[in-house]
Amino acid sequence: MAIQTAPITLSVQNLSRSYGNYTVVNNVNLKLMQGEVLGLLGPNGAGKTTTMRMLTGNLAPSAGSISICGVDLFEEPNQAKAHLGYLPEIPPLYQEMTVDEFLRFVAKLHQVGNQDIQDALDRAKRRSGLIDRGVQLINTLSKGYQQRVGIAQAIIHCPDIIILDEPTVGLDPNQMREIRELIRELGSTSSVILSTHILSEVESVCDRVNIMHQGQLVLNETLTALKEKNTNLETVFAQLTVNRQ
Amino acid sequence: MIFTIAYKELRMLFLSPLAWILLAFSQIVLTWVFLGRLDAFLEIQPQLMQIANPPGVTEIIVSPVFAIAAIVLLMVTPLLTMRLVAEERRNNTLALLISAPISITSIVLGKFFSLLVFFCIVIGLILALCISLLAGGALDFGLLLSGAVGLFLLVACYAALGLYVSSLTAQPVIAAIGALGVLLGFWIMDLMASDLDGWMLYFSLFKHFEQFNYGLIDTFSIGYFILFMSFFLAITIRRMDGERVQA
Repeated sequence: MAIQTAPITLSVQNLSRSYGNYTVVNNVNLKLMQGEVLGLLGPNGAGKTTTMRMLTGNLAPSAGSISICGVDLFEEPNQAKAHLGYLPEIPPLYQEMTVDEFLRFVAKLHQVGNQDIQDALDRAKRRSGLIDRGVQLINTLSKGYQQRVGIAQAIIHCPDIIILDEPTVGLDPNQMREIRELIRELGSTSSVILSTHILSEVESVCDRVNIMHQGQLVLNETLTALKEKNTNLETVFAQLTVNRQ
Repeated sequence: MIFTIAYKELRMLFLSPLAWILLAFSQIVLTWVFLGRLDAFLEIQPQLMQIANPPGVTEIIVSPVFAIAAIVLLMVTPLLTMRLVAEERRNNTLALLISAPISITSIVLGKFFSLLVFFCIVIGLILALCISLLAGGALDFGLLLSGAVGLFLLVACYAALGLYVSSLTAQPVIAAIGALGVLLGFWIMDLMASDLDGWMLYFSLFKHFEQFNYGLIDTFSIGYFILFMSFFLAITIRRMDGERVQA
């Protein structure tokens, strides 16, 4: 695997976030290589979503630094965010717009040039299986299709880093498989961070897995290494995330 | 970028029936007032002929219409501003704007400018109403223009204030009630300021607007309006920026 030599796209150092006295994310270090799919696992309330919100500039960390493609997120937020595509837990959709209108707006927000918008729109729709839904109003789409629009808005500007917060929630098994294939495909060109509760999903799409528990990173291992050690992801997960009071 | 946000806001506004209803509502009320004033003018016209240098149609019809428009728009603005930030927050779409490579300043200004465009339409319709008087006489275009500029600056202040209140909450209805409350507060301050000529006179939005409606474009009033707007836009930006840090 050529992962070792690939350039680093995202580097997070000593990231912490607390609400009052309650620490949600505690001293997290992350590194992401180009063309890598990273699975972020953890029980409910482990701090996955908080971490992702900090990575995308939606939340300021209490301490630590984030560098995206070599640009510091806090010093030059606009340049750093240009490399990002983000799908939050609840897809950010304007229900009154049609799929095309919405995706066009997102493309413009991400400064896709006017002559490239149509191409970007077609590509994003094709990749997320929305080709025949362009003129439909978003609020008439089913949950699964809304999720796809959410994914389409995260990839329309071909970002270097794609951050997906539980992308397969609410999808039927077929759609889930399609989205996983899509994530694999995206992972060949960009870096992807994916948070999920589904262990089999991590096994089928990710190159590397990070497990979070009580705000701390308790495991950082490539899936190949796990396989070599002949350990099961489920046992590892259970061992690392039992409540250590 | 500001333009992209403004365009999206306008589209969203006109996709909902709210904008059309508000446009129709304000136009009906103002036309009613306009026709009432027109009637009054026709009644007193013979008496007016007898005084030297009588007030013209602009003073008797147009100025009161603008004065009423200021009150009507005071009621209308909170309904327009309420959804700007509060609804984005409630529908979780704010994350989309914040993770995009644009600054909070552009987001706030974009939303503010979309409202200004809407108000330009409202004021344009009022002007069209007044210009229809040309069919029966001459108009004082200077006074008309000064009134329109004054009204525009006044509603821009309403908009900035409403935008700030909207940035405080995730409930559009609370944002509307809050903004209406504060604006009514300013109105009451104006009523009080009519009795005493103290410091309140300087802080009353409507007193400054009245100057414009008399045809007096005062740089002090323009300065006050611009300061008022900038202040509320600045604290809106501060508030939305600070939200990420808030523990």
